[in-house]
Amino acid sequence: MNAPVLTREIMIHTIAVLLDGVRHVAVGASSPIPAAAAMLRRALNERQDRERVRISVLGSQEHNFFTNGGVELFDCAAQGRVDAFFLGGGQIDGQANINLVGSGEYPKSDVRWPGCFGSAFLYFVVPRVILFREEHSPRVFVDKVDFVSAPGTSEPGVYRPGGPHALLTGKALFSFDKTRRRFMLRSTHGGADAAEVRANTGFEYDLAPDVGPTPGPDAATLALLRGRVTDELAETYPHFAQELAAERKAA
Amino acid sequence: MGEIVSLEALAGAVRDGTKIAVPTDYSGVAMAATAAIIAAGPKNIHLVCVPASGMQADMLIGAGVVGTVETSAVTLGESGGAPRFMEAVRDGAVRIMDATCPAVHSGIIAAEKGVPFLPIRGIIGSDLLAARPDWKVIDNPFAPGDRIVVVPAIEPDVALFHAPVADRFGNVLIGRRRELASMAYAARRTFVTVERIVDHSLFTGEKDAAAVLPALYVDRIAVAERGAYPYALWDEYPVDGAEIARYAKMARTKEGFAAYMETFRPGKARAA
Repeated sequence: MNAPVLTREIMIHTIAVLLDGVRHVAVGASSPIPAAAAMLRRALNERQDRERVRISVLGSQEHNFFTNGGVELFDCAAQGRVDAFFLGGGQIDGQANINLVGSGEYPKSDVRWPGCFGSAFLYFVVPRVILFREEHSPRVFVDKVDFVSAPGTSEPGVYRPGGPHALLTGKALFSFDKTRRRFMLRSTHGGADAAEVRANTGFEYDLAPDVGPTPGPDAATLALLRGRVTDELAETYPHFAQELAAERKAA
Repeated sequence: MGEIVSLEALAGAVRDGTKIAVPTDYSGVAMAATAAIIAAGPKNIHLVCVPASGMQADMLIGAGVVGTVETSAVTLGESGGAPRFMEAVRDGAVRIMDATCPAVHSGIIAAEKGVPFLPIRGIIGSDLLAARPDWKVIDNPFAPGDRIVVVPAIEPDVALFHAPVADRFGNVLIGRRRELASMAYAARRTFVTVERIVDHSLFTGEKDAAAVLPALYVDRIAVAERGAYPYALWDEYPVDGAEIARYAKMARTKEGFAAYMETFRPGKARAA
């Protein structure tokens, strides 16, 4: 319980803060940190006696209230009933374009990734999309993606109620300005400072006037994260929940 | 309709060039049938993943039976990338039709409704539009100037999935996995493997009827105990993540993949 706060715990807490005010957050497959953050947001709101947060975790039996098959998440988002979602990418560029397909020439990519999943749709219709990628390196954060799975912004006239809200990595938190089509570095963590973030980011971005360390959770929030949230997480992500517990022990 | 056959007879109906639709990892993946299809060895099948796939697609591709893969993604989830899929796409050994999840659902639902296409939001500005010349951008006929993507109906020759129970009349329990019903409506023929077949009708009341795919849409059923293994089957058994990780490691090379497939007998070997 007294282990120092892990970088992953700071990330989970940061996402939970970004989710403040949502009523329904959906989490895609293979997204343990976003799932933990959504569960933390729900637990925090309960503790503070605030609005109830609904969570849909794809692939989970317990944390999934959909009854109309695989299409329901997308229909639900199209109806404006999904407030937040998470997307990542093998590459993300400075205009918030994301690439989940592969690097190099398409289709015979040098490195092929799984594929677009729902990104080319959800990025357009979910108001608060949080871009999340733990690895913060120039090969991920590129000037221009090799394949646009989903664009960060759209031309006028294209139906686009949704889009990028923030970008969280293992080193930094950025906000995104849709009008300027640029990220702004807000804070750093994971032992990185603004110079290290600069050195590991392949695109241009703005600097907030007060770039400092990303705030971690207070003691009560950390206790929620290490107790209830880790237990809830274990149903869908048993491996990750064990990893977190082991990291805490080792810390 | 709803004919009960052997697993081999079911798999044997997948022939060269068959367009076959399969569900995603947690919806009842017919892994035992996949092994039987690979044993029968059809060529050049067109695999439609509704809307994504994992080990099933990777195995079919690695075994050389797939000509085209139409999918939103192929991944082994927590065990990482799908090695046979990634190599085959990179080498051009399979034709890839990259999609996005709701576009696959829309194509299936268009076929379900018997209409040639469905409109779908999003996608405009994605490189998918260039990769998928069969998708078009049209002007909304009711609001000129509002551009919207339309995707063509996907009509599989065969829909294939695994479910817990069928009754002897050919009705199949699909629970809340409604995409399995959509796949069956859209496909010319539907093949289902099940854990068991019961003598009583699954239509015992309103509560149960809502979770049943009627025999009208089901062509062949075969029993395959633990037929989704190593994937989970809802309310029956959990996913075996260690086994998927073992596959992920072995399938990194062609030789390792071949060695894995030598012993891959879902439902028989490695009972929990």
